[in-house]
Amino acid sequence: MSNRIPISVTVNGKVQEAEVEPRLLLAHFLRENLGLTGTHIGCDTTQCGACTVFVDGLSAKSCTVFAVQADGSDVMTIEGLAPEGALHPMQEGFWEEHGLQCGYCTPGMIMSGVSLLKENPNPTEQEIREGIAGNLCRCTGYQHIVNAIQNAAGQAVTAHVGAPAKKG
Amino acid sequence: MTTVERPMLPKLVGDRIKRREDPRLIQGRGTYVDDVKLPGMLHLAFKRSDVAHGKILSIDTSAAEAMPGVTAVYTGAQVKEFLGPMPIGTPFPAPPHYSMAVDTVRYGGEPVAVVVAADRYLARDAADAIVVEFETLPAVMDPEAALAGQPAILHPGFTNMLGQSDTNLALMIPAGTGVDMATMQVDNSAIDDAFAKAEVVISQRMLNHRLAPTAMEARGVVAHYEPGKDEMTIWSSTQNPHMVRSNMAGLLGMGENKIRVIAPEVGGGFGAKINIYGEDYVAAAISRRLGLPLKWIEDRSEAFVATTHGRDILGYIDIAATKEGKVLGLRAKLIADIGAYEMLLTALVPTLTNGMLSCVYDIPAIRAELYEVFTNKTPTDAYRGAGRPEGIYFVERAMDMLARELDMDPAELRRRNFIQPDQFPFLTQAGNQYDSGNYEPTLDAALELAGWEELKRFRNEARGEGRLIGLGLAFYVEICGIGGWEHASVTVERDGRVSATTGTSPHGQGHETTFAQLISGQLGVPMENITIEHGDTAVVRHGTGTFGSRSQVSGGTVMMIAGGKVKDRMAKFAAHMLGAPFEDVGASEEDLLFEDGMISVKGSPGLSKSFQEVAGFAYMGAGNAAAAGMTYPPGEQAGLSEEAFWEPGGATFPFGCHISMVEVDRDTGELKLLKMVAVDDCGTIVNPLIVDGQIHGGLAQGIGQAMIEEVVY
Repeated sequence: MSNRIPISVTVNGKVQEAEVEPRLLLAHFLRENLGLTGTHIGCDTTQCGACTVFVDGLSAKSCTVFAVQADGSDVMTIEGLAPEGALHPMQEGFWEEHGLQCGYCTPGMIMSGVSLLKENPNPTEQEIREGIAGNLCRCTGYQHIVNAIQNAAGQAVTAHVGAPAKKG
Repeated sequence: MTTVERPMLPKLVGDRIKRREDPRLIQGRGTYVDDVKLPGMLHLAFKRSDVAHGKILSIDTSAAEAMPGVTAVYTGAQVKEFLGPMPIGTPFPAPPHYSMAVDTVRYGGEPVAVVVAADRYLARDAADAIVVEFETLPAVMDPEAALAGQPAILHPGFTNMLGQSDTNLALMIPAGTGVDMATMQVDNSAIDDAFAKAEVVISQRMLNHRLAPTAMEARGVVAHYEPGKDEMTIWSSTQNPHMVRSNMAGLLGMGENKIRVIAPEVGGGFGAKINIYGEDYVAAAISRRLGLPLKWIEDRSEAFVATTHGRDILGYIDIAATKEGKVLGLRAKLIADIGAYEMLLTALVPTLTNGMLSCVYDIPAIRAELYEVFTNKTPTDAYRGAGRPEGIYFVERAMDMLARELDMDPAELRRRNFIQPDQFPFLTQAGNQYDSGNYEPTLDAALELAGWEELKRFRNEARGEGRLIGLGLAFYVEICGIGGWEHASVTVERDGRVSATTGTSPHGQGHETTFAQLISGQLGVPMENITIEHGDTAVVRHGTGTFGSRSQVSGGTVMMIAGGKVKDRMAKFAAHMLGAPFEDVGASEEDLLFEDGMISVKGSPGLSKSFQEVAGFAYMGAGNAAAAGMTYPPGEQAGLSEEAFWEPGGATFPFGCHISMVEVDRDTGELKLLKMVAVDDCGTIVNPLIVDGQIHGGLAQGIGQAMIEEVVY
């Protein structure tokens, strides 16, 4: 257990060097070693997607990647999505469309949304639902998340339903 | 029921305002329990029972204790030496429930030993190295067999409220027509008469099955006892930090003033985070023994068995009606499978099912008998709706069956039985007093929105083609604002900014936004100048919490009461500052308008002081004011900080009508939701954006229960 392996991972543009146990999960490396607690852990089993980050530009569930597997890689977390003081359009979309309630699934959901639009900049509602199928949310019922991703894609929100606004 | 004067609704109420909580959350900058890191903090991991029912013969902790990084290992019996049975929040007799199993395990997942180690990996390794030897006992899985004492008794030494021992019956509560709750005396003549007169009787056994609440953030706690100060700080993923504080203080034997509980960002609760769990008490008690901060974070596999479950009520429902579809009576025998122990509100939740058996209907006789029974399963407690959806399910399914029997449109059957608008406030035979309601317009809106007649035609045609299509309609009524008093404080700071606190404790509901909307409208201060503090007992002096659909009803109302007190005092200061001209126009303090950061005289807009100026004056103090040639209003002291406790005299009963269409694939059995329409009468909506989100989330959980979710033993 004491055998530690040196790794060098670029995280949010900064090179991070560490000696880690081979079994250390990337999610724990980001959270515990680097203090990047925006990456959440919701299920430990690759089902919920709260821990989604980018590894070399591809979305990955960091609770099922060992830190040593990320050696030499370029990792981006929610903290690195937009420059300090600015919001990524996907973050704006989530804010605008109330795409979150408790916020726990949100960082992973946003990363998956960004990943989806990279592959498919103009997805249909069905494609959005399929695109985030690997991310679970227990609060929103997903409709506002779909709306948020449509907003980020610059699309009209197709299913704006709900309570009427204030009557004069 | 006490009545409260209906306040003028503040400006901003009803506005679709984006949440102020979101910027930190969408950037990953919220602080949840697992993000709390303290110097010297150690980690806990629990060894749990992998049998449902068994005697603990031995626990070998030697291997675990010898592992590197392990500070301590405790068995349940060792913890019992310094930690008593957990408190519960219901008045009925209950068997003792220790934080960890002492000599017998009664559900899979019950903690039997705990490891304290340097990090979570080492703690898990060590917990896995603990060897427990059980003598397996017969597992009680079927609640009906359990009622007959088969195949085993979970708590042999327990005597229930009826004075019965050697039973798995935790309690029996009768309710409805002819039941005197005070004496438990029962007169069945009215319900018997209703069934005797009935032209149609429907009887059905129905199960509202067991669910796991499953917040995305599992449970977690950080306990930090500081020996020099004899003080404890607890970070807990909870819906009600003040309740955690009270219960902790009681069980640990510490003063409430020595315990600070912080609910940081909480990643969902859905009722399961009302409870204070064994792991929380153990973390605090061991932190106190070791004088070190400790963290425990539940993993998902643990959450499914160690966090309370919801629902699991079996109903035997009989409904009596005339041929015209007028319901004459409803009889229910409810068997709640509450699992192995009583947690904080375990016994209470199914009693709410009793209370919902009138749904939105004027049913002349209702009679319920609720049996709560122990089985070798995870304890149940509150889960979204907590007892109410179960009751609604029973009534609405019975209504559907009745409609089918009578060959009547299910919408029409409901229409014939609604409580009428002129009957409110209406005391149902199930025992709840409904404050208000007007159900027919909601039904009509839902039918129209769904295209009910067209859906029926579509269904009939599709069935003709061999497709399996179902069309369902259900009404519900909710109980909002239960749980007693709530507290708020509103402070206008020296610079005119407002700091308000609420004793409710959000975990996704957006209180920082909606409560600021209330205060902003009330005091005429822009939202960006208002902070809403919550979730920290050191900042929020009193509170009950967020559960039972109570935050806006109880917490919002008391927020406005506290805000109103500050406003009254500011009016006095402002009127005094305006001096003679104020009196010249014959104005009184009630004529002052608080708007756009100004306090001005209605009709004389030139006659005004800025909110900030008045605040500054109020903080000057009478002495300094006199030195500057001014006086304070008679009887006023410096400062603008007011608080309020308030308890609603009753509950509110919002309602709605939902319509759905589903199809079962004949070949694969796959169930598909083809259409879902929800019309919900929420009363006054503070923020429609947030209400939409809450309704969507509730729908998803309801659809989840109906279609894909179940905890199966």
